[in-house]
Amino acid sequence: MSPPQVTPTSTAFATILAKDLRAELRTLQSLPAMALFATTTFVIFRFGLDRTQLSGSLASGVLWATLLFAALLGVNRLFVSEREEGGFDAIRLAPIDRSALFAAKATALFAYLLVLELVVVPIFALFFLGSAAALPPLALVLLLANLGIAATGTLISSMAVHSRARDLLGPLVLLPLVVPLMIAATGASEPLLAVGGPGYHRFGTWLAVLSLYDLIFLLVGYAVFDFLLED
Amino acid sequence: MDLLILAGAPALPLDEAGKYVAGAYIVFVVLLLVYVAIMGMKLARIERGLRDVAEIAEQRKDGADAAETVRTEVKS
Amino acid sequence: MYGKGLRPLSIATVAAILAAFSLVFFYAPLDADQGFIQKIFYLHVPLAIVALIGFVVGGVFAIFHLRSGNRRWDAWSYVSIHMSVIFGVAVLITGSIWAKASWGHWWVWDEPTLVSFLIVFLMYATYYPFRYAIEDPERQARYASVFAVTAGAFVPLNFMAVRMAQSLVHPRTFGTANGGLPGSMMLTFLVCLAAVALLWVTLVKLELTAKSTSGQLKRLRRALDAPAPGAGASRIAPEVS
Repeated sequence: MSPPQVTPTSTAFATILAKDLRAELRTLQSLPAMALFATTTFVIFRFGLDRTQLSGSLASGVLWATLLFAALLGVNRLFVSEREEGGFDAIRLAPIDRSALFAAKATALFAYLLVLELVVVPIFALFFLGSAAALPPLALVLLLANLGIAATGTLISSMAVHSRARDLLGPLVLLPLVVPLMIAATGASEPLLAVGGPGYHRFGTWLAVLSLYDLIFLLVGYAVFDFLLED
Repeated sequence: MDLLILAGAPALPLDEAGKYVAGAYIVFVVLLLVYVAIMGMKLARIERGLRDVAEIAEQRKDGADAAETVRTEVKS
Repeated sequence: MYGKGLRPLSIATVAAILAAFSLVFFYAPLDADQGFIQKIFYLHVPLAIVALIGFVVGGVFAIFHLRSGNRRWDAWSYVSIHMSVIFGVAVLITGSIWAKASWGHWWVWDEPTLVSFLIVFLMYATYYPFRYAIEDPERQARYASVFAVTAGAFVPLNFMAVRMAQSLVHPRTFGTANGGLPGSMMLTFLVCLAAVALLWVTLVKLELTAKSTSGQLKRLRRALDAPAPGAGASRIAPEVS
């Protein structure tokens, strides 16, 4: 009897990721909704704040709050297909390292957030900013924040999907959890979006905080994910 | 010495500050007492439950004894 | 056996609290800056420190639970977090009273430690609806442990981030926990800290003993095939037996 084949983690990871991305491309169930939601929210802010130009802390706040709430929509849907179509069982039975599921889902969520921002941030600049000068350094902040939201969002979503009040529970638990990330992201963005042009006050420090957040929650997620899939 | 410090004390005079300090400590005591009260109610519920269970156990024992008595009478 | 050691523990707690309050009001000198208001700190800060350590302890118990699969650890974790949330309510109320006494407002955003604590409190407050929403008891316990571990990792990060966000505004920090505290104040503070810590441990043990007793009663009922009363078990508090 030959020893049981164990699929290498990288293969498992790639397979799950590809499946997710393909499914999203085919059904487009999350991304358009997230982008539309964000854009409409910008319009609401325009009227809610009664402003047509935003800068500094206001711009930073509006952008990040909107991105976060749009991200929640994507987080909610992340594991729904696994729940409904028995994906969890399949992965439990398969001879793979279960953390591959965490890595794949987090990467998928990261990808969705990236696409969301590619669409939505230029719209934000169009609506509210005087110039696009802040966008390149902002991209760096966005990338690091996406990692953090991907890690925590995947972790919480994988648990919330098994609950009764799924759409409520995910956001409820996730929001306090991402407060430090939001503090750092807005801290870095506020000087970038200042009226006179991008400033870099404590930029490096805030990026360091973001990276620390990402590192910690990627590690935590990877470490505990096995326990989530036990039967 | 204390009087000197009091003379340099900040905005709130002692009787005003006293109310807030008292308030804080009272909140602590009250929360503790509320907890004790809730524990008391739990204990009462457990007592009731144990009483019920003891009755049931005694009834069963009486029933078993009665059946035992009948059996021994029949035998003899 | 959860109730073991409860008697000496409670006696020690009472003695410690008595000593602590006596020191606060009869021994500790008046603060030159804040006057009598400063006395609130002997209560507020130990409550906060113990609550935070309690959250971390809850996370540690959660790790034990995940690694051993023994549901006893889940009970310890749940009660630790539960007690710390209750202590947290006391922290926020006493903190608010202090804010009103010091700055005239019932809440201030300028005190980074208080703000961080609020966020941590909000995080752990979601522990209850989270547990409630997951029906299968075994899964609920497992997920709750994952929550406790994640939240435990979150606490220091949160404090750091909030503190950094406020450093531009010079915070009116409670500098007493750091250097510059006269010896008599430090002694009083430490005794208060010990008293609150003992109180936390005693109450956690008390709560677990109560749960265990209920659990034993349930066992007895089941063994005798006796009907259980209508008021069912709590869906979130883990059963202990």
